[in-house]
Parts: sequence; C-alpha cells; structure tokens
Amino acid sequence: MDSLTSAASVLAAALAVGLAAIGPGIGQGQAAGQAVEGIARQPEAEGKIRGTLLLSLAFMEALTIYGLVVALVLLFANPFAS
Amino acid sequence: MPNISDFSHMLPLAELEVGQHFYWDIGGLSVHGQVFMTSWFVIGALLLVSVLASRNLQRIPSGLQNFMEYALEFIRNLAKDQIGEKEYRPWVPFIGTLFLFIFVSNWSGALLPWKLISLPEGELAAPTSDINTTVALALLVSLAYIYAGFSRKGLGYFGNYIHPTPIMLPFKILEDFTKPLSLSFRLFGNILADELVVAVLVLLVPLFVPLPAMILGLFTSAIQALIFATLAGAYIGEAVEEHHD
Repeated sequence: MDSLTSAASVLAAALAVGLAAIGPGIGQGQAAGQAVEGIARQPEAEGKIRGTLLLSLAFMEALTIYGLVVALVLLFANPFAS
Repeated sequence: MPNISDFSHMLPLAELEVGQHFYWDIGGLSVHGQVFMTSWFVIGALLLVSVLASRNLQRIPSGLQNFMEYALEFIRNLAKDQIGEKEYRPWVPFIGTLFLFIFVSNWSGALLPWKLISLPEGELAAPTSDINTTVALALLVSLAYIYAGFSRKGLGYFGNYIHPTPIMLPFKILEDFTKPLSLSFRLFGNILADELVVAVLVLLVPLFVPLPAMILGLFTSAIQALIFATLAGAYIGEAVEEHHD
C-alpha cells in the first residue's frame, strides 16, 4: 500500500470511530438520565427500568460499533491495499 | 501494512492478530479453521451439558437439571415476550439455540485460555468475533422470519409490506436487507471490540489492569447474546402478527 493510502486510511479510521461515538454518547446520556429520573420517581420499578435501560444502551452502543467495524476494516482488511 | 502484532515479539504474553486466519482448504473453498475449531468446541460443550442434564430426569430437579430448566424457562419467557402467547411455542428451539450458541461462544472467547493452543497462523478466539459466523446467524434469522410469515399467512404475508400505508413499501423492502446487516455487524463488532480492548490493554499492562475491561466484556457479551435472541424473536413476531383492519 502506498503511503498516501495508508495515511488516509488511518485518519479515516480515527474519524469513523470518533465521529460515531458522538451521537450514541449523547443518546446514552439522555437515556440514563431519564432512567434515573424514572427510578427516583418510582423506586419500585427499578428492576424493569434497569433491564430496559441496559437493552437500549446496547442498541445505542451498536451505532458506535458500526463505526468501529468500518475503522477495523480500514486498518486490518483495507480493500484499497493492493 | 505494519500490524500491531509486530510488537508482539517484545511481549510474550500479548498477541493481537486481526485479519489473519488459519486457512483450511476443503473442496476448493478456503475456510477459517480457527473458527471451525472453536465453534465445534462450543457445540460440543452445549451438547454435552444438555445430554448430562437430561439423562436422568427427576420430578424434583436438582443441580444441572435445575440450571437447565432455569435456562429453558428464561428462553421461553424471552420468546413469549417477543412473539406472543399464541405463536411462540414452535420458535423456542430456534431462539434458544441462537441465544445459547452466541452466549457460550462469547463467553468461551473471554473465559477460556485459548492462547495456550497456538496455531501456525491466526489465533483461537470466540467464533462470533469472525464476521462469517455472525452473518450466517443473521441470515438464518432472516430466513426464519420470512418462513414464519409465509407459513402463518401464506401470500398474505406480503400484506405486511404495505401494512399501515403503501408508502412504507420501499422502507419495508430495505428493512429486509438492513435487518441481517445490523444484526451481524452489531454482534461481530461488539465481540471483536471486546477482544481488541482486552488485547490492547494486555499489550500495554499485562497484569491486573485489563481485569475491569474483561469484566465489562463478559457483561456486554451476555447482553449481545440476549439482544440477538430478542431481535430474532421480535422479527419473527412482527412477521406472524395479525393485522385487523
């Protein structure tokens, strides 16, 4: 692979995972905040809220993971490396 | 391209090999041998445990039988929640297989010292950290929910595609492709990310420091297995659901 392609790939990998972390970060923060509010209002529903929160956090995390997959492809299985 | 594994000769404990595989040539196809070995191990372990648990059934369960009954009940509840009281029964084995295989695969990658067995190339890890395994599982889910829809409603299944309004048609068709894509990438990315984080931390500090990351990895692995099974159930439930309008 020539140096330009590898430099661009490394940069793109960093951008892919870094940018993909922004949105889910905000989303997870909001979800967790709402869950805490819900537990404070109704402590007896804690178990149910926790289960739902964990499941939805994992869904949001998946969005970052998509960025990570793109980054890993760029680093370890680069289609442009001939 | 310089790989992280170039550093590994400095530290005998740590190794990081992504994108390197132990190829087997079977009938002109080259397959990832390390994935086969670990998935056979997982399948064998599951078979062994289920045979041992159901060999000598007692009316009052104890020990292993008790544990497996708990697992079955958990899976049954999961399927019932997603598919609905009326239709869930025939799908319990499918969803249970998915959940148990993914769960045991994920945990085997994190808990078993695969590194002690060294391969000429590549390394043994969780079977689900290979994209081929997760794509296969996700395509199975696609086939399952399409089959569920057709067997339940016949050609009326196509009614699902235009259910609230016909405007939804392109999105619903697109969804058929994005469902397996997101299912497979979610599982693959999460498991590979767990293994990478642990491997990178082991590379930097071999003792104690990776432990919290490992525990987090165990937790997310379990959640990912649960999510995969839940989503499979939800897709099947969506396909067999009756619309009254």
